[in-house]
Amino acid sequence: MTPFRRRRKGSITATFEPAEADLLANLARQVVELLRDRHGESVADTDPLAAQLGMNGPVMPPEDPVLRRLLPDAYSGDEAEESGEFRRYTEQSLTAAKVSHAEAIIAALVVGGFDPDASDIRGQEQVDVELGPEASLAWLKSLTDIRLALAIRLGIEAEEDVDLVAHSEDPAVAAMSDVYDWLGLVQESLVAALP
Amino acid sequence: MGDVPKTAPVEHADTEVEPDLVVDRPWVTIVWNDPVNLMSYVAFVFRTYFGYTEEKATTLMMAVHHEGRAVVSSGGREEMERHVQAMHDYGLWATVQKDEA
Repeated sequence: MTPFRRRRKGSITATFEPAEADLLANLARQVVELLRDRHGESVADTDPLAAQLGMNGPVMPPEDPVLRRLLPDAYSGDEAEESGEFRRYTEQSLTAAKVSHAEAIIAALVVGGFDPDASDIRGQEQVDVELGPEASLAWLKSLTDIRLALAIRLGIEAEEDVDLVAHSEDPAVAAMSDVYDWLGLVQESLVAALP
Repeated sequence: MGDVPKTAPVEHADTEVEPDLVVDRPWVTIVWNDPVNLMSYVAFVFRTYFGYTEEKATTLMMAVHHEGRAVVSSGGREEMERHVQAMHDYGLWATVQKDEA
């Protein structure tokens, strides 16, 4: 990867190896699927107009811990009723926004030459990503969502856990931890490249 | 804090007044620390979303980091709810509550 940097004309660019682009697209797609699973449940048999106005969303927080972190309560723990009411009016639009941020990652990779349908990433070229202001923001937000999701799955609850998982003897955990760190580098470079 | 009720001035010192009509107790947006969000990103969000200066954004970010939470905005309830929704869109962990002060 060549990290994000700002070009003289103001555009923000980075270059990803085909395997990195494939990984990013795959993670973004998983976030979309996770959010759609939840969304799908909630919109069954709802009044279409109310759903469109975002008035018929779920009241209960998600059971999946990743979704609960991506779609958190708006009031602290002892005010479940307030949180539920807020969630009913806002969760669907928040979900839609998060889906569109994740899709912006995939879209920019595709524009940069990534083929999401290729059966084999070998033989694919490097992916040159160029982001405008809106896409930069979508990338930052979705990179955050992906890192939050990985952190929950890795069991990162405190800052010292980051080191613990990095040195895990379980190769699957150590590998996921590498991905988590790498996403942090990508995001850090994007924050630094923005004006 | 632009929603101070416009009531007539209290003329008699011994008149009983509802405390809420006199003291404007605003709502606050609280951002909580988490081990995932990058410090640079949190400061970026405070700068770009709230329009805070680099200095104020960094101070608030450090407060979240070291104290576990920080009040990042105060005002009317609906406004604070909008901010919390926006913070959740950015992936920050935020809640709204009545000001404790």
